[in-house]
Amino acid sequence: MDKKFLLGLYETMFRIRTFEEEVKKQFEDGNIPGFIHLGSGQEAVSAGACAAIKPDDNIGSTHRGHANLIAKGGRTDRMMAELFARETGSCKGRGGCLHITDMSVGSLGANGIVAAGIIVANGAALSAKLQHNNKVVLTFFGDGATNQGKFHEAMNLASLWALPNVFICENNLYGEATPLAKHMKIKDIAVRAKAYDMPGVVVDGQDVLAVFDAVTEAVKRAREGKGPTLIEAKTYRFHGHHIGDPETYRTKEEVEEWMEKRDPIKLFKAKLLKEFKVNASDIDSIDKKILKEIEDAVKFAAQSPTPDPSNLTENVYA
Amino acid sequence: MAEMKLITGKDAIRDALIEEMKRDPKVFLLGEDLEQATFGVTDGLIEEFGSERVRNTPISENAIVGAAIGAALTGMRPVAEIMFADFLMDAMDPIVNTMAKARFMTGGQAKVPMVIRTPSGAGLSAGAQHSQSPEALFMHIPGIKIAVPSTPYDMKGLLKTAIRSDDPVLFFEHKMLYYEGGDVHVGDYTLPFGKADIKRKGKDITIVAVLAMVKKALLAADMLAADGIEVEIVDPMTLNPLDMETIIGSLKKTKRLMTIEEGARTGGIGAEIAARVAEEALDYLDAPIKRLGGRDCPIPFSPVLEEAMYPTEDSIAAAVKQMLG
Ligand SMILES: Cc1ncc(C[n+]2csc(CCOP(=O)(O)OP(=O)(O)O)c2C)c(N)n1
Ligand SMILES: [Mg+2]
Repeated sequence: MDKKFLLGLYETMFRIRTFEEEVKKQFEDGNIPGFIHLGSGQEAVSAGACAAIKPDDNIGSTHRGHANLIAKGGRTDRMMAELFARETGSCKGRGGCLHITDMSVGSLGANGIVAAGIIVANGAALSAKLQHNNKVVLTFFGDGATNQGKFHEAMNLASLWALPNVFICENNLYGEATPLAKHMKIKDIAVRAKAYDMPGVVVDGQDVLAVFDAVTEAVKRAREGKGPTLIEAKTYRFHGHHIGDPETYRTKEEVEEWMEKRDPIKLFKAKLLKEFKVNASDIDSIDKKILKEIEDAVKFAAQSPTPDPSNLTENVYA
Repeated sequence: MAEMKLITGKDAIRDALIEEMKRDPKVFLLGEDLEQATFGVTDGLIEEFGSERVRNTPISENAIVGAAIGAALTGMRPVAEIMFADFLMDAMDPIVNTMAKARFMTGGQAKVPMVIRTPSGAGLSAGAQHSQSPEALFMHIPGIKIAVPSTPYDMKGLLKTAIRSDDPVLFFEHKMLYYEGGDVHVGDYTLPFGKADIKRKGKDITIVAVLAMVKKALLAADMLAADGIEVEIVDPMTLNPLDMETIIGSLKKTKRLMTIEEGARTGGIGAEIAARVAEEALDYLDAPIKRLGGRDCPIPFSPVLEEAMYPTEDSIAAAVKQMLG
């Protein structure tokens, strides 16, 4: 495999992790308001999936949307400024974590409403079909979201109309404070695809290459007009549901075990060094570059102006 | 005098739930993450009452409200929680088309003794989809009773009435009131629906305020009192039924009416009250009615913008002074 490509995957994951950990710190320092949902631990899903599509393809995202957006090419300085609620944020400080979006890189929007993005992603896929532009959509959502009626309606419609939509379920084993076994009877969400006569694929969400391969195949199918695929990526969030979550529903040991043995970045780094014979110095220089980028993002955010209340109602209408 | 204790709004709700569940085995709870509750209201209740009666649900608002309706139709008294009032929109169909209309459509055969509790309101930089105050939206739907308590005392008393009511009740709990303290009776008491509470007596102007705006109105009234202006604050407690008698009784005395709400002004609570006053009591007014409320704008994430959305004690006081000329 092409080393540049592999290092690119690593870079995306490391960028997400560094961004998320910095966001946590900035939140705890009081620089970020609101409810913050971090994606640390789930980097391989976004990085692997978005590497399988083109810049002008679209993604649909969720409340846990930082990783999705960074992987799609979202600028971390604009994103940090958004979380700092600054005018220079990608949503001018109006959206925040729950709505973090940069449409210029093909994000259709993050959503505060669970499963809200899934039905909208279908529309973008329909639009691609109507415009014959061969674009595809990747729709990210959580395990919990698949219990929403919207999920069922979207899956059925996408299947019926053979929409170029790839449904990517980031199954991190919990929906807020509720473990999977307490919100559904099945173990693999991918089996739900059967009901819509579409392929349902389970993939190791901590393995960025496995995600990349699965999404590549689904995207190919979508571009060929063969319709949607449901990909279930088994993953884990390293932090609470939102920052400040007391996490009474899982043990510290469980979290530590995932962090130690199933960290997608550690796993991939080891693979890069061992299997792909990448130089450690190449990885180090990526790390340095990203650390600087995120440091600069914080500076940019902190120095940016807060929105002017006299412009409050700007953009309510066209 | 009954014994009183100082508790938070969150604990007042919780006490009402516990007492009603103990009183009536037909009362049960269902909703998302009741086990580790977002605002802590139901923490520990599974341990106390078991997972049969305190039911953690999947993220399925339609199924939650639908199940509550079905259980209510068949002899239970469900108290459903919708985690944020914004998510009521996910269950709009069962709420509006079934819950509200079942009794009427069946010619009175059905009764739907259920409550939907839901935290509403801004103040946490939670953004456009986690901060709304959609109370007025439901005033437009005949068949739904709506409670809007502003103190721990009112929360407990009104929730008990809601649970015992044979009509479906939408019960709004303003997030910022969860952690405010107030005195409540120890043990059982109920407060009637459709009976406004005068939160402060005055003779110069009537302010009708709901939920978190009651406190802001009270603070404004304190400021105005220093200038010799006596504000009367009427808290309607429920929006349906709406106690126009008390509101009109008050404005007959003060000759001036201001309404304050957090939801968008357009089509809001104040709009309905103003229309009714215009129909029934216009002649008593010495000045045009003033409606204060949220701006007609989705709720921004940015704290400075969020603050600019709503009336404050200062803006309320300024508006009162302007009205009094
Ligand atoms: C319609 C709706 N119901 C409930 C919520 C509250 N909520 C936000 S995130 C979340 C859990 C979502 O779980 P999942 O889909 O697995 O995504 P994860 O948080 O694990 O990434 C819940 C219940 C919401 N935002 N929208
Ligand atoms: Mg989840």
